[in-house]
Amino acid sequence: MATSTTSPTPEAPPATEPAANRPAITLNGVVKAFRSGSETVRAVDGVDLAIEAGEFFSLLGPSGCGKTTTMRMIAGFEEPTEGTVLLEGKDVTGVAANHRDVNMVFQSYALFPHMSVADNVAFGLRRRRVPKDQIRTRVAEMLDLVELGHRAKHRPTQLSGGQQQRVALARALVNQPSALLLDEPLGALDLKLRQSMQVELKRIQREVGITFVYVTHDQGEALTMSDRIAVMNEGRVEQLGTPAEIYERPATRFVADFIGTSNLVRGVVKGRAGDHWKVEVADGATALVAELPDTVTTGAHIHLTVRPEKMRIGTDAPGTDVSRVPGTVTETVYMGSSTHYQVDIGGGEEVTVYQQNASGSTLVAQRGESVWLSWRPEHSYALSS
Amino acid sequence: MRNRKITPYALVLPAWAWLALFFVVPIGGMLSLSLTTGNVITGFEQSFAVGNYVDAVSTYWEQILRSLFYGACATVLCIAIGYPVAYWIAFKGGPYKSTYLLLILLPFFVSFVLRTISWRFLLSDNGVVLGPLKSVGLVPEGFALLNSAPAVILGLAYNFLPFMILPIYAVLERMDPRMVEAAHDLYAGRFQAFVRVILPVSLPGVFAGVLMTFIPTSSDYVNASVLGGTHNTMIGNVIQTQYLINNNYPIASSITFVLMGLLLIGIFSYARALGTERVMEVHA
Ligand SMILES: Nc1ncnc2c1ncn2[C@@H]1O[C@H](COP(=O)(O)OP(=O)(O)OP(=O)(O)O)[C@@H](O)[C@H]1O
Ligand SMILES: [Mg+2]
Repeated sequence: MATSTTSPTPEAPPATEPAANRPAITLNGVVKAFRSGSETVRAVDGVDLAIEAGEFFSLLGPSGCGKTTTMRMIAGFEEPTEGTVLLEGKDVTGVAANHRDVNMVFQSYALFPHMSVADNVAFGLRRRRVPKDQIRTRVAEMLDLVELGHRAKHRPTQLSGGQQQRVALARALVNQPSALLLDEPLGALDLKLRQSMQVELKRIQREVGITFVYVTHDQGEALTMSDRIAVMNEGRVEQLGTPAEIYERPATRFVADFIGTSNLVRGVVKGRAGDHWKVEVADGATALVAELPDTVTTGAHIHLTVRPEKMRIGTDAPGTDVSRVPGTVTETVYMGSSTHYQVDIGGGEEVTVYQQNASGSTLVAQRGESVWLSWRPEHSYALSS
Repeated sequence: MRNRKITPYALVLPAWAWLALFFVVPIGGMLSLSLTTGNVITGFEQSFAVGNYVDAVSTYWEQILRSLFYGACATVLCIAIGYPVAYWIAFKGGPYKSTYLLLILLPFFVSFVLRTISWRFLLSDNGVVLGPLKSVGLVPEGFALLNSAPAVILGLAYNFLPFMILPIYAVLERMDPRMVEAAHDLYAGRFQAFVRVILPVSLPGVFAGVLMTFIPTSSDYVNASVLGGTHNTMIGNVIQTQYLINNNYPIASSITFVLMGLLLIGIFSYARALGTERVMEVHA
């Protein structure tokens, strides 16, 4: 480990906070620019993150948004063009990967083909000159944890994709790093295996209590597994929050579009009505919104977002304490447990509504029928962009 | 059904016919020739004379050993020069990889014999190598490289170097760079990553390179006759002389079989020493 302090008095108390309060990983204004020919691509464009110890943290975003590059800067395979990377409060910018106390699980697994499974797992411990008998017990324990004890002597090529994935996980975890970096570790697996590995990964993370930084472009995976998610777009963090916060309250149009299905409705702010704001949407219908950003005033044009499952659809007019918008059903799709309705609300706008099929398979409305849509004021939000 | 089963065999038939005609038949002919007695004038008689082999080994054991030694030296030299070159092109070549490979193959557009003869100029007593060294006094005035064992070995190594570089390059180029990163991630420095991961994973390439240099170098005769003078003859020169000048076909063919046998034994023990599994396995 390289120390970044050049203090002449080694007895001086450390200037950093106590270990318990220190984030496992901190990124300060990190920028990574790649030069390809004459142009430069800013793959990561000013990212600030503080990842807490023991957290399951996901970097989520579309292809090319800079997730892998961010992770490679934490691991030490790329150096940031600007900004600093801190591990447990220590500045490691410029420190080589083999001197950083984090380990990576590669999407391609990158197992060593000429070594047995056990030798693969022991690789890091051997480089750190851990005593032989300790290596043996720790490797055995780790292989048991990933349920591959019986495959210790096999070559990686003799294992299935899911098993290779678990070897890669064991090879990294056995070193008890301060954080484990996983770059789309389930990307190469089929759906069934993916789902069982998601559960498995969560179990292992709980058991070992190590900070996981998980890169994925699969929003479902991120929502089900993470403690917190950073949604990335074009090299920046669009929103940082718990899965519920990100799903329920997308901060930007990008997040609303990227996570799940979301309805976007244009509107004009009309003023306050009791506890809520009145917003005119579609052809003169009234939506109620619990909160608006401070910058928004009466007369402003805004975008509202409402999740399809938060909307109610019915033929009777709803009360005035909810948003109420009339429309015409243009399409119904029966999905088994629920039915999806496409509703034209006028003004050239169409929204999607999910209705649970709790009381049998009868449709609330047929195609072409007039309906009322309603949702509670706290279920719609104004987007900031 | 019947036709389907026959089709694949029918398709390989030309290949088998080719092998039978140009490999099996000549080898069989040579084997029978090595067991005859007589001369070109009176004709050869199939006498199953195993004595030819005894004669061949007892007369020419020195050239046989020298050939294997020169071949081994040239092969080691090829690894020492070829591995770093292949490594550099594969990992640092960037967008110019194929240009560098072309440069390495470029001398091959010139005839093998001509290239070897040009080494006579390079190594001559006051040539481009020794001339300057002698004029600054680094090398004594009487020193000569030409017509010596080192000259033959250098010539062999030069001529067969691309056969070492190409297979090593092929494995290094296909190697997953993430695997090397994984080694660094698991606390290996550059040296450890090379010794523990890159080198062992590239061994099949080295093995192929050794086969492709050791076999032709140890049976070569051009380098020894052009660069070696009279005291460094290799077994290839003996075979050539026996065949083409003395017309002693029985002895020439028995030497050929002895050499072939020795090479096969050498290769198989080498493969065993490296571990067949490692060598035969193709790493994806
Ligand atoms: N070594 C490099 N040289 C040049 N450009 C690069 C390099 N690595 C990444 N980039 C560019 O940086 C951007 C971000 O790449 P990155 O691999 O971080 O994306 P990602 O979010 O991981 O995408 P994916 O989900 O497809 O893996 C891309 O536009 C990519 O082309
Ligand atoms: Mg990526």
